[in-house]
Amino acid sequence: MTDYTKQIHRCFRCGYCKFPSDYSDFNCPSYARFRFDTYSTSGRLWLIYAWLKGEIEWSEHLAEILYSCTTCKNCVEQCPMKFSSDIVDWIVAARSDMMEKEKGRIPPRVTSFLEDVYRLGNPLKERGKRDAWANGIKRYQPGDEYLFYVGCLGSYDEFGRRMARSVARLLSEAGISFGILGNDENCCGNEVYLLGEKELFQVLAERNIQKFKELGVKKVVTLSPHAYNAMKNNYPLVSNAYFEVSHYTQLLCGLLRENKIRPSRNKIKVTYHDPCFLGRYNKIYGEPREVLQSIPGIELLEMERNRENSFCCGGGSGNFVTDLLGGSEESPSRIRVREAYETGADILAVACPSCMTMLQDAVKVENLESKLAVKDISQVVAESL
Amino acid sequence: MLQLNFDPAKCIACKTQDCLVKCQYLRLDKDKAKTEMQKIINGEDSFVLHDCVTCYACEEYCKMGNHPFYLIVERQEGRGILPAPRSIATMWINQCEPRGRFTVGKVKERALSFCFIPIFPLWATGKLFDGIASSYIMGEEFFCNAVFLHYAKMSVIKDRLPKVIENIAKLGIKELICLHDECYGTFNSLAPAYGMKVPFKTTHYFEYLYEKLKELKDEIKPLNVKLAYQRPCSNRLSPKTQHFVDDIFNLIGAHRVKREYVGENALCCAEVIRMGQGYKIADDVQKRNLEDMVKAGAEYCVFNCPMCYLSIGDKVSKRGLKPIHIIDLCKMAIGEKTAPGV
Amino acid sequence: MIDIYNLLAEIVGEQHVSNHKEERYFYGCDPGLTPPHEPDYVVMPETTEEVQQIVKLANKEKIPIVPKGGGLALTGLVIPQKGGIVIDMKRMGKILEVNEKSRYVVVEGGVTHGMLQNYLKKHHPKLRHSIPDSPAISTVVGNAVIHGQGRLTQQYGFNSDMVSGLEVVLPTGEICRIGSHSISSQHWFSKGAPWPDLSGLFLGWFGTTGIITKLGLRLYPCKKMRDVMVFLTDKIELVPDIILKLTHTEMTEDIVVNEQPLPPRMKGNIYILIIITGDSDEELDFKRKIIWDALWDIFESRDGGFLSVPADMKPPLLEMPSRDVVRFADVRKGGGFEYSGPIIPLEKYPEFITKQKELVSKYNLSYSATSRVIAGGHCMMYAFAFTFNRADPDEMDRIRKALREAAEFTVEQGGMMWKPTIEEQKMIIERMDPNTLKIMKKIKELLDPNGIMNPGNWEA
Repeated sequence: MTDYTKQIHRCFRCGYCKFPSDYSDFNCPSYARFRFDTYSTSGRLWLIYAWLKGEIEWSEHLAEILYSCTTCKNCVEQCPMKFSSDIVDWIVAARSDMMEKEKGRIPPRVTSFLEDVYRLGNPLKERGKRDAWANGIKRYQPGDEYLFYVGCLGSYDEFGRRMARSVARLLSEAGISFGILGNDENCCGNEVYLLGEKELFQVLAERNIQKFKELGVKKVVTLSPHAYNAMKNNYPLVSNAYFEVSHYTQLLCGLLRENKIRPSRNKIKVTYHDPCFLGRYNKIYGEPREVLQSIPGIELLEMERNRENSFCCGGGSGNFVTDLLGGSEESPSRIRVREAYETGADILAVACPSCMTMLQDAVKVENLESKLAVKDISQVVAESL
Repeated sequence: MLQLNFDPAKCIACKTQDCLVKCQYLRLDKDKAKTEMQKIINGEDSFVLHDCVTCYACEEYCKMGNHPFYLIVERQEGRGILPAPRSIATMWINQCEPRGRFTVGKVKERALSFCFIPIFPLWATGKLFDGIASSYIMGEEFFCNAVFLHYAKMSVIKDRLPKVIENIAKLGIKELICLHDECYGTFNSLAPAYGMKVPFKTTHYFEYLYEKLKELKDEIKPLNVKLAYQRPCSNRLSPKTQHFVDDIFNLIGAHRVKREYVGENALCCAEVIRMGQGYKIADDVQKRNLEDMVKAGAEYCVFNCPMCYLSIGDKVSKRGLKPIHIIDLCKMAIGEKTAPGV
Repeated sequence: MIDIYNLLAEIVGEQHVSNHKEERYFYGCDPGLTPPHEPDYVVMPETTEEVQQIVKLANKEKIPIVPKGGGLALTGLVIPQKGGIVIDMKRMGKILEVNEKSRYVVVEGGVTHGMLQNYLKKHHPKLRHSIPDSPAISTVVGNAVIHGQGRLTQQYGFNSDMVSGLEVVLPTGEICRIGSHSISSQHWFSKGAPWPDLSGLFLGWFGTTGIITKLGLRLYPCKKMRDVMVFLTDKIELVPDIILKLTHTEMTEDIVVNEQPLPPRMKGNIYILIIITGDSDEELDFKRKIIWDALWDIFESRDGGFLSVPADMKPPLLEMPSRDVVRFADVRKGGGFEYSGPIIPLEKYPEFITKQKELVSKYNLSYSATSRVIAGGHCMMYAFAFTFNRADPDEMDRIRKALREAAEFTVEQGGMMWKPTIEEQKMIIERMDPNTLKIMKKIKELLDPNGIMNPGNWEA
């Protein structure tokens, strides 16, 4: 990544970062929520540059603007310039810098998130056992083919746990040899990285890599795309990570192709929400859809904004806890469930526990609970067995 | 100062004057052909110099190997005759000027040349290029420069081609697999015609593909499709490579349709003709060419040259044929995914 | 002491008003070269009534107001020269009506070109509007207010010529309906004719006479296919003649003339992009032949020719809006781009391009000379476009000087500066017919007696 301090002035504030490819609506979650130009990527980049030049000083409002970015990478996708792939990295680097230079003057909710990860091993303020959800799912033993990495939401969040159990059930039924780390599991650090807390991320990553090494883990399958992203793209920067990582939808896709899971006919109308960390971050658009389409009788209805144009649920960069984008009809998660509802689908399928929790809440607030069920892909498949 | 290896005595001794008699555009009888050729040899004006569409075919027609087309280009330049508008030539001269923006992969003694055409790296993937895909050169520094034959700019070729040959040799390349047919023609016809020594072996990518397909024989599933082949102008400089088209088609279980415009009688894609002579001739050539393919029952039009592919691929589609480059055709035969089409 | 912030918050809701430094900083500058000046407040109304209340408040308290759309004119037109309130219109984003038979659309004041484009493609695919090259976030109203141009300008004139009605909030707070719908609220087919055309009181005034909260815009037939032809010539003096011949055919959509040193393939030539549309291959083929025949003499003389554009190179030329336009801002790796785009008579093209090269050489600049033909060739927009590195103050200064010289040259040549900077507006005012200037002054004083609307602009 280029040194952002020498590059960030290249933003022309053309505003393409606000849109998807077809300009159908605003596709930057923080801009859609707040509507001041400062809350779009170009706003952020110009303000960071102004801060670097000393033209503006640190303030709570600046911090709020900076941390309300969910790092969804719509701007990376849409920016027409040669430096587009670096944009979110610049924002993350600026967060890191500001944390250091402004002596940690960041939004209290972000401080709280990071402190909780540091002290409790999760940002959800949970002190209980991490594997309390696991109901007899076995611990990983050396020789098991896969380590099923569940993550913080999968371990503690009500909906996340359902997802974890559902994935575990499918893997078992398919005869996959796997285990979990249980209470020995640490936070993956993806949000910590994106929030700019480099040192804490380093510690978390090293701890996980070391743990996997000790156990001889060769393959990790993650519940969350956030963990998948961290392990695939950021862990190798910290240390040699001697394991392959996949997301559970990729594994499920393979199992379905090999007929190790055979869903029965299920006449359902489903729309799929591409999570940012599978989609734009890692270009995985096909496998989750293939998993869904393997269910005989399913009707897969696409939202207008899908694949690389998917509209972020608003949960990224720790916002599934810090909720800096909440509190409005124009909160991204609410916009997204309305969009999902308009497809005529009965089920909004997700592949991420962060999307799950954000969209579940939104469905309630939008009074769509009886009309649109939010389920993760493994649940849709499991219900079709 | 590079001189063309042209021997006037050969033309005088020639009994057929095939170069101009067989010309698909000028249609001269033997006597007229002899007269006009003599004028050209003498450095005088001739309508041939003005009306030549620069299809390169006379290089192939000449059984004496006496380079009639290169002579025409020399004379055009000498007399200030422009086979195409000045601005088009300028565009090519500036576009292809070496400027340090080249890429060299992990080049070994055997390497692929992508010329300076960005679509080649998209095609050169998969099993057919296993073990060699990363050994490549691409950029203006490796550009064959033969395109300037269309614009009466032999001087540009003489200036740039020796440096290109040196650039390639400097990398320690002993065998260059030319993915661009025109590069192969340049190194095997144009360069020697001017006494330029090419210190490395060149392999036409047809030959490379054919050998590779033989290695992967067990993976070939016969395609059972009917194919028309679009022969580019540049292949006139290396007609001995033509048999590989049939060899490859036979190996992959594809049937080559019987056409009128084939071999020596092939019609080029005509886009250069459009730029030089205008739309009437170009449209006529393309109409006859495509109708010939359709009448012969072809399902695919197989391209050799990426410039032809990008220029008339959509016209081919509109006539109901599928345009495909021969590399992608070979990939299809071994069950690999092809690159997205135009 | 009046608490303006709270009064604004009462009108639009607290989450839609800001006096934070960050909003003031960002809304106080644009990506061009005009020095910044911060507003005191930024406010985002959603309805005409909210706009009206803001204007009434500002008029009462004599606070300057600047209505803002995309802010991409690049000539500092929405930088609040005297502080006050910037009204970001983009929350007024509804497309209100499309009348297919009379071919017009009615949009709110903050509808972006991108969203209108998408809406028409999805719901009314046989209709299109004149899409400008400015990015998709630019607003329909903002673009019309500055007499912007787009893909249909060659055929139908400035984008402001395509306006078919307005709803305006006057500086004194009244709401007016301008055009055919001043008498019948249902019909927005004319902005004035056959009556006194009051739209002229608002278009081109940069918000100094009122805020447009609704706009009617003519729509045009959208054919199924578009293609591009590229004609190259190395003879500058032939360009006016080429354009005359092309426009005579009446077969073309957009005609854009480009001259720039990079990328290398463009060096040494003038590129004339000709867009054609059709509902069938036959229609496109016919148009191609007519266009070829129109330029045949020049082709035969070898002074110019048509470049065969390979399939993979057509999409960026046909794209609407063209993203290549904003990429110009990164040529110097510095995010900066400003241009003076005077409207000039066709026959002056050679002089203008000669002047640009002179400026480039004198000030050592990276440039692009882009021109768009307007209304069949009655005039053209010639852009002295320069790109700069925002982190290089010296380069920015050289471009300011070059643009000043370009403006002076324009005035000498009888051209009209398009979306003039404040400095350029002063040049125009200095040279304008004094009686004409008096009318302008009277209009401004009549409509904006307290001088609150985008002050600093068009100050006669």
